[in-house]
Amino acid sequence: MTQSAPVEVDLPVGGEDVATDRPWLVIVWNDPINLMSYVTYVFQKLFGYSREKATKLMLDVHHKGRAVVSSGARERAELDVYRLHEHGLWATMEQGS
Amino acid sequence: MRRLRRDRHGRYRLNLSSPERQLLRSLPEQAKEVIHENDPSAIRLYPPAYPADGDAQAEYGRMAGASLLDRHRRSLDTVAATVDEPFLDEEQVHEWLDAMEVLRLVLGTQLDISEDIEEVPRDDPRAPQFAVYGYLSLLQTEIVDALAEGLPDEGRP
Repeated sequence: MTQSAPVEVDLPVGGEDVATDRPWLVIVWNDPINLMSYVTYVFQKLFGYSREKATKLMLDVHHKGRAVVSSGARERAELDVYRLHEHGLWATMEQGS
Repeated sequence: MRRLRRDRHGRYRLNLSSPERQLLRSLPEQAKEVIHENDPSAIRLYPPAYPADGDAQAEYGRMAGASLLDRHRRSLDTVAATVDEPFLDEEQVHEWLDAMEVLRLVLGTQLDISEDIEEVPRDDPRAPQFAVYGYLSLLQTEIVDALAEGLPDEGRP
């Protein structure tokens, strides 16, 4: 993702810091309990990703320790984190730089 | 024979032995006693959304904690209540999947499961618990397989 790419954001309410425009990243972390097939299934179900993309993200989590699975405005990212928590995945969010 | 199979009417046929049903009747009750936010066995059920921001995390925890507990409790109740049923509907299968996740996260935490240790010698005092953990992993895999058949391979790139 680049700075110049169009991103879907709510129109800023007056007075907000410019920093709020930077997208929030939803990160899933590797853990020893969750099954690989389950994690792939959750990515497909929650985000509508293809089996191929969901598998790639799962393998990134497994081998690299973490993967960014979605990004966007804060409210949207927090909802994604919550849905991942509902499914038992270790997900956190942080603002991209 | 797979333990869960989707038939052409969209129902899921459940094939469990009597010892399996007995286990799945008792585990949810045991789990419900420890899935509260302040129980060390339940730490995996309540991950922080904002690990580096105490204020934001406190607000998130207030919003998410109770509904996560409600969801998991409901899923565990569904398993205990439907374990003798010949068929499950799709919503019940999703609750079964969630219950397996909760049971594995709690038991895996209690056993301190790591990538390297997934089983122990037969004479280890924890061997029965590891066997239960292995069984729950198998059952969860079969539930995922049954549900994943209904998902399209294609999707958002």
